[in-house]
Amino acid sequence: MAPTELTYRQAIALALAEEMRRDPRVLLMGEDIGASGGPLKTTEGLHAEFGPERVRDTPISENAFVGAALGLAIMGYRPVVEIMFADFLGVCYDQIVNSIAKHRFMSGGRMDAPLVIRAIGGGGLRFGAQHSQTAETWFMPVPGLKIVSASSPNEVYGMLKAAIRDPDPVLLIEHKGLLGVKGPVYVGQDNLLPLKGTNLLRGGDHATVVASLGMVPRALEAAGILAGEGIGLDVFDLRAIRPMDTSDIVESVKRTNRLLTVEEVSLVGGWGAEVCARVTAGAFEYLDAPPQRLGLPEHPLPYSPALEDAAIPDAAAIVRAVRELLA
Amino acid sequence: MSTKTSKRQNDTDLDGEGQLGLFRQMLRVREFEEQVQRSYLEGLVYGTTHLCQGQEAVPVGVLSTLGDGDTLTYTYRGHGVCVARGMPMRVAFGEIFGRVEGASHGLGGSMHITDPKLGLIGSFGIVGGGLPCAVGAALAARLDGKGRVSVTFFGDGSTNIGSFHESLNMAAVWKLPLVFVCENNLYGEFSRIDHTTPVEDIAVRAASYAMPGVIVDGNDVLAVRRAALAAVDRARAGGGPTLIEAKTYRHRGHSRTDPAKYRAEAEVAEWLRKDPIAQFRETLVGAGIADAAALDALHEAAREEARSEAAIAAAGAFPDPAAFVDQTFANA
Repeated sequence: MAPTELTYRQAIALALAEEMRRDPRVLLMGEDIGASGGPLKTTEGLHAEFGPERVRDTPISENAFVGAALGLAIMGYRPVVEIMFADFLGVCYDQIVNSIAKHRFMSGGRMDAPLVIRAIGGGGLRFGAQHSQTAETWFMPVPGLKIVSASSPNEVYGMLKAAIRDPDPVLLIEHKGLLGVKGPVYVGQDNLLPLKGTNLLRGGDHATVVASLGMVPRALEAAGILAGEGIGLDVFDLRAIRPMDTSDIVESVKRTNRLLTVEEVSLVGGWGAEVCARVTAGAFEYLDAPPQRLGLPEHPLPYSPALEDAAIPDAAAIVRAVRELLA
Repeated sequence: MSTKTSKRQNDTDLDGEGQLGLFRQMLRVREFEEQVQRSYLEGLVYGTTHLCQGQEAVPVGVLSTLGDGDTLTYTYRGHGVCVARGMPMRVAFGEIFGRVEGASHGLGGSMHITDPKLGLIGSFGIVGGGLPCAVGAALAARLDGKGRVSVTFFGDGSTNIGSFHESLNMAAVWKLPLVFVCENNLYGEFSRIDHTTPVEDIAVRAASYAMPGVIVDGNDVLAVRRAALAAVDRARAGGGPTLIEAKTYRHRGHSRTDPAKYRAEAEVAEWLRKDPIAQFRETLVGAGIADAAALDALHEAAREEARSEAAIAAAGAFPDPAAFVDQTFANA
């Protein structure tokens, strides 16, 4: 089957539409996702097709509508809630970590919570410190959620569809810098991508680079630059940080002997530290250099384009880091 | 101190049998909690536990108006809801004692006793945490179109947290079949309500959300039932949510380690005089529905049920760590 060229944004709306047609229990809630098609246009056309009961505008009440998703899920629905800016996950943190993540466990397994929280995050668009975070690592220490990040149109399409069909709560992080990016999408009922694991996007023998979300295209760009110098990279997309599966990364490092992680979060408490710990434990004797991490500085993201661009790792920064790793 | 409670009325839609049924449920809740207290002293209860003696009329009165398909969310002071809803006592005790026979096989504990088959869909340990979930259950009820209602119990302390206001607002703007039941026992943990809350009556907060706010004597089970009937009927008929404020009092402290010394003796004495079970007993005898001996027998039966059910639970097994089944995910 030939893929369809879609933007990341179109892939989200298409995945939602297909799942809503397939299963009448699927319904959407979020701020201004209805007739307006969503503040970031990720629900365009859905209100017209499915109506206001299934594509539901909510008050600006993340705590209440995210918590309401739990009640709907317990009662047999498949709610998908949109967090317009991932930063707003802070508003409903309690409902996510204390209620949603623990409800099935505390019930002794008698109640499932099949719900999806879509959060649109990411920097680079001059939105300032409160509208640019990816926020996935805020939830990383809490068992009970599946946490996935989508780096391409096909990824967001396949993971969103899988998340909606999954019996457990899934936090899907999308990147607003990717919304307009076009790519091939394997449209169809069977394109369900696993909510775990990694994708090896490019092969090379000199170093292993692990990126996620908006850092994936930048890592691939860096790999292209370095290929011109005869340096080959294994580039992994870390699609899921919960559950985190680093087995392919460990095997890669056994061959490349070097590891760099690239994340759009601060390094303290970031997922790169977890990947480095696992690789160090799993491939210690293979490492020719200490694992290195790239991420955001230890301050909030600044507004000014000059400062924001300097704060977020780009292809040039990744190239530099790989060269240092190989030096 | 005054509470704006209406004069006790005897008019009720229930016949004598029905009223005795309410009395029996109140006794069962009371004796369940008394037994938890005794079991704690015997070392069978771990961590903490929050008892509801003195507040029995609220869950019993409200639950008497509900049907099988209706759903409930409630709080860490929620044993009364579970017992009055029909959870076998041994299953609730089993959970509190951390046994494998407990409602959640020991994974939940005193604060998290649930059973979706009984509509007991969520027992929340975070103040205000259960209101958004009840909004979702109410939306599900409306979408299902089968006339179900969602009920959520919470304390006066919850009404100062954001989820209370967000949930009332959302339920009102969507006209959901939801009954908000505030058990105003005058204390949020150790703080008296006038120390934390600028209004004496929680019910006035309903006005901000354009829904009825009803004050009821929470120690008068028939009054609670009347208020709940009106709210539940309204919800089932598509009229939207209601906030019921039941004025009541917890006889004991916030949790098992709290002797509640912060309460004035006169206040405690006054509320003990207004004990919901003693008052209802007087009503039943006065109305000639039962004599004192018959009511004593009901009380003894409830005490015996609690004792024997606790003994059965205490004879149960602790979960075996070697056989632990992680229930975090349905599809790990």
